[in-house]
Amino acid sequence: MKQWMKIFFLLLLLVLLKPVLAEETDVRLDKATIDLADLPSLQRGAQLFMNYCAGCHGLQYMRYNTLAAGIGIVDKEGKVLEEIVKDNLMFSGDKISDTIKAALTREEGAKWFGTAPPDLSLISRARGADWLYTYLRSFYPDAKRPWGVNNRVFPDVAMPHVLANLEARYLNEKDGRQKFDGAILDLVNFLQYVGEPVQLLRQRMGIWVLLFLGIFFIFACLLKREYWKDVH
Amino acid sequence: MIQLLGRRLIGWVDERFPLSKLWNEHLAHYYAPKNFNFWYYFGSLALFILANQIITGIWLTMNYTPTAEEAFGSVEYIMREVPWGWLLRYLHSTGASFFFIVIYLHMFRGILYGSYQKPRELVWLIGMFIFLCLMAEAFFGYLLPWGNMSFWGAQVITSLFSAIPFVGESLVEWIRGDYNVTGVTLNRFFALHVVAVPLVFVGLVGFHLLALHEVGSNNPDGIEIKKLKNEAGVPLDGIPFHPYYTVKDIAGLAGFLIIFCAVVFFIPDMGGFFLESPNFEPADPLKTPTHIAPVWYMTPYYAILRAIPDKLAGVIAMGASIGVWFLLPWLDRSSVKSIRYRGLLYKGALSLFVVSFLCLGYLGANPPTPTLVVLARIFTGIYFLFFLLMPVYTTLDKVKPVPERVHYS
Repeated sequence: MKQWMKIFFLLLLLVLLKPVLAEETDVRLDKATIDLADLPSLQRGAQLFMNYCAGCHGLQYMRYNTLAAGIGIVDKEGKVLEEIVKDNLMFSGDKISDTIKAALTREEGAKWFGTAPPDLSLISRARGADWLYTYLRSFYPDAKRPWGVNNRVFPDVAMPHVLANLEARYLNEKDGRQKFDGAILDLVNFLQYVGEPVQLLRQRMGIWVLLFLGIFFIFACLLKREYWKDVH
Repeated sequence: MIQLLGRRLIGWVDERFPLSKLWNEHLAHYYAPKNFNFWYYFGSLALFILANQIITGIWLTMNYTPTAEEAFGSVEYIMREVPWGWLLRYLHSTGASFFFIVIYLHMFRGILYGSYQKPRELVWLIGMFIFLCLMAEAFFGYLLPWGNMSFWGAQVITSLFSAIPFVGESLVEWIRGDYNVTGVTLNRFFALHVVAVPLVFVGLVGFHLLALHEVGSNNPDGIEIKKLKNEAGVPLDGIPFHPYYTVKDIAGLAGFLIIFCAVVFFIPDMGGFFLESPNFEPADPLKTPTHIAPVWYMTPYYAILRAIPDKLAGVIAMGASIGVWFLLPWLDRSSVKSIRYRGLLYKGALSLFVVSFLCLGYLGANPPTPTLVVLARIFTGIYFLFFLLMPVYTTLDKVKPVPERVHYS
């Protein structure tokens, strides 16, 4: 019987652990080392996003003030530093409690690019951090495309290589490639945070929940043993 | 003083409502075999998850908007702005997958120890109706987040009804309430998910327990403990459910919760198995996901559907793959219940079936390449042969003698 159970669970594990999600392309994805506790990285990522992405892409499920609180733009009491947020992250006339909308409307986007640039609130959950990290570093010149660039991860993508200037500037420096990759990593880290702002809290809470349950389990087992003493 | 008051209150109630009677019949004087093992936790765990789904579901409903325009956004609103909304949602979504894990293990227990055999045929049948309810509930609920996989999943599954001759097309339209899956469909699926199916579900669970307590629980030895009783009429191998199994099930629940909460707090999407990544994009009728597959718990039946080249025959095969479970009590002709006393024939058949079921689950989640389709056909064949040949191999099987008393160490 014991063997039966073992075989059954091994098979179950095998089926569950095998990654079955189909990839769109066969390109190998580079690993993005995400660290959501790295607040400076999240802040740099937010700044990159607002400067390079927010013109076309919104984060409609995220508010400026909750974002600022989440990535650590707060004073010692935990209050959001509104001036810093307004100077560095907000370039439209929005209120700090507004959701982050793209400067471009969907209609304009569809007219200019052929397809409206998607909202990126959940892009990290839809695509995964590795995909984003690889995608943003995989543009190459292609004269056949309207913007003169194509992408190895997302063939014939409608998006131009928005970060081309940034990439060119970094590549002029020493260790430019690493610096550019680092900047992209900040951006992906930021998007990973935006995809599920609660994830760090969730994991921190999870540790306490499991600790409690572990202790509860021990006591429940002891209680069971006590009651079952007279069953022969 | 307080004890006396309590006793008088219970006495007052007992004269007007069978409170103590119910308590005794179903807990304190319900005698369960003392040799329950690991497999016997899943009944009470299923009950726990049902409660979890209902309670978290009520609170989710308070913040969810069942319209095509706002459904997706309201789920994100729950995830980000409703206090503890993320926890409610993950408990509910993880609960859905764990419901199937627990129910599959519960059913497998029934098969291992012949719990469907006489006199427990109705316990099994009612249980199968609960399983149907669970699948309906999961299917309707899966549309509600209004993600792109929700939409296309519902689109594909509702379109299956079009395979029915003559009335197919109009039936699909009637189910969807529109020419396509739209906000109208979302609205009715919401009604079915939160009101209609749960009502039937809870009622059936009540009948399942009533039927079980009428005939008494089976056990890993498949021995009827009611055959041997002491002078007081208590089965020699029986112990009162309360307190013995209540404390045991609490320990089991604690163990289960450790695994369950590890998923809820650390990998709620289970790498795309519990929450699929295309579902983080809103429903888009113009954008088909590269690969449409149902959630993991439906994939074995989906693999069977795809294994059959003809659409109508595929739909019938898929229906039959679930319907055939209902016949189990009458297909098994063995003179023993438990696998412990069955012969190699049955053990071999069951092993083959388990492997086929798991492989079909894997195949249903993957795109159908020619090799995989051939494999799916082979496993579909084994799946059905397990049932169709059961009267033969259970009759031929060499069984071992069953002892009088249960094993308990």
